[in-house]
Amino acid sequence: MQITRRQFFKVCGAGLSGSSIALMGFSPTSALAEVRTYKLAHATETRNMCPYCSVSCGVLIYTTGDKSKNAKADVIHIEGDPDNPVNRGTLCPKGAALLDMVKSPSRLKYPEVREAGSNEWKRISWDDALNRIATHMKKDRDANFIEKNAAGVTVNRWPSFGFLASSACNNETGYITHKVLRSLGAVAFDTQARI
Amino acid sequence: MTNHWVDIKNADLVLIMGGNAAEAHPCGFKWVIEAKKDRKAKLVVVDPRFTRSAAVADYYAPVRAGADIAFLGGVVNYLLTNDKIHHDYVKNYSNAGFLINPDFKFEDGIFSGYNAEKRNYGKDTWGYQMGKDGFVMVDPTLQDPNCAFQLLKKHYSRYTPDLVSKVSGTPKDQFLKVCEYIAETAAANKTMTILYALGWTQHSVGSQNIRTMAIIQTLLGNMGMAGGGINALRGHANVQGITDMCLFGANLPGYIASPTEADVDRKTYVEKRTPKPLRPNQMNFPQNFPKWFTSLQKAWYGNAAKPENDFAYEWLPKIDGAYDTLAIFEKMHQGKMNGFVCQGFNPLASVSHKKKVGDALAKLKYMVVIDPLITDTSEFWKAHGEFNEVDATKVQTEVFRLPANLFAEDTGSFTNSGRVIQWHWKAADGPGESKGDVEIIAALFQKLKAMYAKDGGKLPEPIMNLTWPHRIADKPSPAELLMEISGKALADVFDPKDKTKVIVKAGEQVAGFAQLRDDGSTSCGNWIYSGCWSQAGNLTARRDNADPSGLGQTLLWGFAWPANRRIIYNRASCDMDGKPWDPKRTVIRWTGTAWAGNDVPDMRPDAAPAEGVMPFIMTPEGVARLFAPGMADGPFPEHYEPFETPLDKNPFSPGNPKALNNPAARVYKGDMEVFGKAKDFPYVCTTYRLVEHFHFWSKHVRINAVLQPEQFVEIGEELAKEKGIANGDRVKVKSNRGFIKAVAVVTKRIPTLMVDGKKTHTVGIPIHWGFKGLTKPGFITNTLTPYVGDANSQTPEYKAFLVNIEKI
Repeated sequence: MQITRRQFFKVCGAGLSGSSIALMGFSPTSALAEVRTYKLAHATETRNMCPYCSVSCGVLIYTTGDKSKNAKADVIHIEGDPDNPVNRGTLCPKGAALLDMVKSPSRLKYPEVREAGSNEWKRISWDDALNRIATHMKKDRDANFIEKNAAGVTVNRWPSFGFLASSACNNETGYITHKVLRSLGAVAFDTQARI
Repeated sequence: MTNHWVDIKNADLVLIMGGNAAEAHPCGFKWVIEAKKDRKAKLVVVDPRFTRSAAVADYYAPVRAGADIAFLGGVVNYLLTNDKIHHDYVKNYSNAGFLINPDFKFEDGIFSGYNAEKRNYGKDTWGYQMGKDGFVMVDPTLQDPNCAFQLLKKHYSRYTPDLVSKVSGTPKDQFLKVCEYIAETAAANKTMTILYALGWTQHSVGSQNIRTMAIIQTLLGNMGMAGGGINALRGHANVQGITDMCLFGANLPGYIASPTEADVDRKTYVEKRTPKPLRPNQMNFPQNFPKWFTSLQKAWYGNAAKPENDFAYEWLPKIDGAYDTLAIFEKMHQGKMNGFVCQGFNPLASVSHKKKVGDALAKLKYMVVIDPLITDTSEFWKAHGEFNEVDATKVQTEVFRLPANLFAEDTGSFTNSGRVIQWHWKAADGPGESKGDVEIIAALFQKLKAMYAKDGGKLPEPIMNLTWPHRIADKPSPAELLMEISGKALADVFDPKDKTKVIVKAGEQVAGFAQLRDDGSTSCGNWIYSGCWSQAGNLTARRDNADPSGLGQTLLWGFAWPANRRIIYNRASCDMDGKPWDPKRTVIRWTGTAWAGNDVPDMRPDAAPAEGVMPFIMTPEGVARLFAPGMADGPFPEHYEPFETPLDKNPFSPGNPKALNNPAARVYKGDMEVFGKAKDFPYVCTTYRLVEHFHFWSKHVRINAVLQPEQFVEIGEELAKEKGIANGDRVKVKSNRGFIKAVAVVTKRIPTLMVDGKKTHTVGIPIHWGFKGLTKPGFITNTLTPYVGDANSQTPEYKAFLVNIEKI
């Protein structure tokens, strides 16, 4: 039986060892002659999910290294998870291109600020960014927080601050975001669910 | 979805309307193909465009964008006049026989109780007739002229095939053919599934579009059945989960309505939201509201929430009106907001009327963008040619941009459209100094908390007392958070039937919401997720895809809310005696002593059929509503034209100009004035997605930017000929709010329809372009769209408005 190098690797990738391939009755002659080993063979496989639409397809992410302390993991390949009962290993033209999203040149890498009236971004540290944002928020909250309405009912809300929360975030992010926002008295918040 | 993705394979008929699953949900659409291949199911597609879903359909019918209720109301009329309904189901499992207040009226396109000045309804006349026993009066023969069934019949008798065709533009024979397909599933053992998406929600009558289908599925007896249900194919991978966490001003997690200014104390608030049953013996599940709410306050405020302080009720903000996206940008536009955070959200591109949104953002003092990618919104202040005309020196907003991680760099759970919560694991660190979203919110909160601890300020108590039981305060772990969401016992919890028996020990995770209490002895961050992390561990991480029933239920894969139930209302898949309507697709059945089968029963397990406990346990009625008094714009869906319509009258009530558009939709001052008129903007416009792109993210992804590099609009051949536009020409599309320029694609896929005797053309615009990204720079499509939303949900009307088009 003739088998191309690509097909051979595909079968190996499905979890069979080289010897069981041979037991199946065919010998991948050309493939065994390859010097370079299958690049995913030494990659770490992580189960994750496509972040695009609500089919929420299972994906397998392959990274370099073995997740040991000094090995910096780098995503090198993403494909559909064949065990997932919904997508059964398939991905659409968006999901199949996920590696390019992870590696997009548009990824943000550092906190930045654009000062009032300025025409450019300036890199700042996380600490500076969070301090400045928290200072703005506290000043705004302390100035505009409404404790009681005109009728004297305790309302404890902060109406001058808004927040749009992401439907691309985990449930855990959504939960802690909600918890924090309500504790501050925020009421003007919403998500993509509505739009 | 009331059902789930794999369950689509169990349908006899798949109707796709208000969506385009083949292109927007390709890997879920696979199950439609599976149904066609293995069950010989039929696929019917109704859409203004001949989409790729339509391309593999057994039958396609065109419809004008914005005329879905006309079409579906016609289907209701067809089913009733041809007696194609599931009689036993309708009689027992719906409010068909419930008697309605005789003062309820519908005249000239408007329901009783309308206030034209406030543009809303007083609902005094929309209620049921109550008997002396305190329950709703019912006529089981369905003959009383004031029963919901007779009122339904009367309301939709006006939706004749001729009028439906005149309004929707669907040729009459094609409309009737679709009716025939749908009517076949009235048989007890036949099911239709409906797959819809933003094509139904993004209208000023969005919620009523879906209500019309809820009526149809109830009349046909398709709710609760395998291969049935109402299935919203939702947007983002975790839009369902974030909806469940209720990041809305008007809701607390688990769809608990937020307290308003009228809820002056906890007692008032709780009583108002704890309904009494409307019929005898019903489960009336929302009666458990006090347990859900108290457990939430315990999750947030721990020991600081105690009976003496009404479980910290005072600390919760009380809302004074609407706080949806349109309301937020309206307030911002009026200069009433100072600060604003966009977490993975690109409102400049995704909210309607881009100019208004951009002007609103420029009035802020500070804005924070948390995102893995460079969004258009983060650069709203920067000039990008005619794509974003602005003078940066005049924009005084201080803008912060914080780099967040992507899915691959984060551990946590997503909830898919079928309500299945699934855990995923981090594969690698993000680039540069990017951080996880939880970490960013936590670090910001810790900064604020430290400032309040040091300097004091307005109402610091809820900030200082917020529970934060995290090993690393600046970096709570996803596991800690999901455990908090799922809930635990704070003190021993006892069996209500045997007060000496402990069912959950203090400190243990609860097994589900049945174990929650209203005395402060349990905590739970979101009652509908309760049990997803029980004493057995993280059930969302389960990966056993075994499917012993063959229905695709996979009960040991992840965890579906509520209670790991895969098909909700599944009691309705059985007759009154507890026998499945279709034994070949048994979801659950009554075994003689209990409910059991291939799903978690949506019923008290020991409720014998003779007890008459009805399947729709989340309503105080116990049954499905044909007549729904909770809606803002009428108990029955009625066709209203989009706010920008090619017609000058509503053909269903031609004599009443007030009934031209949804009379209960909220319109802000200034927005009504910029609605375009058909004489200046003669073409119907609709917006949509492409299979190669996802919203405004994939324009940053090289492969997708190569696959669909440049912005285009689609027009039909007839319009192209009229306007002298050839395939590949550049065109300018204008609405009364702005313009975009793009390449014209002339296609047979967009038919010209005859509406009210006139030829009506449609212009179609994919939304994916903007001024940042790897695609060729393009215009933001929402430059064109109107700033008005659905009367119930306030989802903007992106799908039906008016434009003009010219060759450049």
